[in-house]
Amino acid sequence: MSVPQNSDHPLSPEELAEVVARDIPAGAYVNLGIGQPTLVSNYLSAEDDVTLHTENGMLGMGAEAHGDEVDPDLINAGKIPVVETEGCSYFHHADSFAMMRGGHLDCCVLGAFQVDQQGNLANWHTGKPDAIPAVGGAMDLATGAKQTFVMMTLKTKKGQSKLVKECTMPLTGVGCVSRIYTDLGVFLLEDGKVTVRETFGVGFDELAQQVDVELTPAR
Amino acid sequence: MLNIADSAAAAVELIHDGACVMIGGFGVAGQPVELIDALIEHGAKDLTVVNNNAGNGDVGLAKLIQLGRVQKIICSFPRQSDSWHFDEKYRAGEIELEVVPQGNLAERIRAAGAGIGAFFTPTGYGTSLAEGKEVRELDGKHQVLEYPIHADFSLTKAYRADKAGNLVYRKTARNFGPIMAAAATHSIVQVSDIVERGQIDPEVVVTPGIYVDTVVQINRPQQQDPREEGAA
Repeated sequence: MSVPQNSDHPLSPEELAEVVARDIPAGAYVNLGIGQPTLVSNYLSAEDDVTLHTENGMLGMGAEAHGDEVDPDLINAGKIPVVETEGCSYFHHADSFAMMRGGHLDCCVLGAFQVDQQGNLANWHTGKPDAIPAVGGAMDLATGAKQTFVMMTLKTKKGQSKLVKECTMPLTGVGCVSRIYTDLGVFLLEDGKVTVRETFGVGFDELAQQVDVELTPAR
Repeated sequence: MLNIADSAAAAVELIHDGACVMIGGFGVAGQPVELIDALIEHGAKDLTVVNNNAGNGDVGLAKLIQLGRVQKIICSFPRQSDSWHFDEKYRAGEIELEVVPQGNLAERIRAAGAGIGAFFTPTGYGTSLAEGKEVRELDGKHQVLEYPIHADFSLTKAYRADKAGNLVYRKTARNFGPIMAAAATHSIVQVSDIVERGQIDPEVVVTPGIYVDTVVQINRPQQQDPREEGAA
């Protein structure tokens, strides 16, 4: 029983995005959250036939628009100008979220402040008393997609693990996360059990010491 | 019957103090800038505003907030890098905030237009935004009771109207337009172009004229470059 260490260094956000992209099944409908998850689109090829959804009302979202391509009426959920792809479509906000909430999206990739071993996700609110809460589409995405993947650095800037026994920050969704992609390893969550599929830049034993959650090596 | 207003000022003249006003747009796309400017000039106060955000920069909704005309805002994402007018009013306790998950916001608006009394949804279950709300286990999932959001007026932007009030939009500028027009007692729409009946293919009409009360033609609407706007 050993977990493959698939890199001699912790992965950069770009390298991690490539790992996530490889796991997205061909033909899937996918929503990529704002921030790091957006990088995943750079590693999807035409042969993958993956259709990107953006919650402000488009399927078949293309790459970021530059120069003359910029159309103020065509932006993504991060409010970045984008281009169309062939076969794209537009719809209003309620249809867009019905697509998500109705379980039609195969997967979404979100950032996180914390994820716990039960798959609870905290990614919208620090909980600090002076913070102004802003949720956007995070709760709908976390709960509505068939699979919710998290992509994040394993640790905070202060070195604390963001994979925890129980989230202490305000929740975005309950039991919704099935997989966590981090710079140090990929974690699979099922029924409260956390399995390590692969590690990057550390071995399994060393990783297990850095996380206050019981980790199981993948068979 | 469709009212075709001569100006943005005439289009918003019925908006009264204390009204609930839905304002369309997501980022710069679909923002009815001229209608918001007209509402600012008009002077209505104590408004409840429903929008995805809480204003950006110093114009439009941000200016309406800065002027103290908004007593409550219902939105999904108030805090942005350039939402300083909202932030200031909120921290001073001068504006009430109801934060709603974006899908609940859209569905609650849709429900109002469709005459739905309330609905259950899994979104938000187990979070602070569902506190105090009724929860039922339906279809094996915990679901939260949510109520529709009705409005007295909606201000939205479409690309083209015909004289029957049928609307078409452009790209992601559609966003909240169709559902807000349906949810408001009096919907007000600015368009770049008004054409005769029959000049919009009935197969491509997005918002049928039954949902539209007032349209006004704004030939060259102001539109900020999305690259200059604050993130998220």
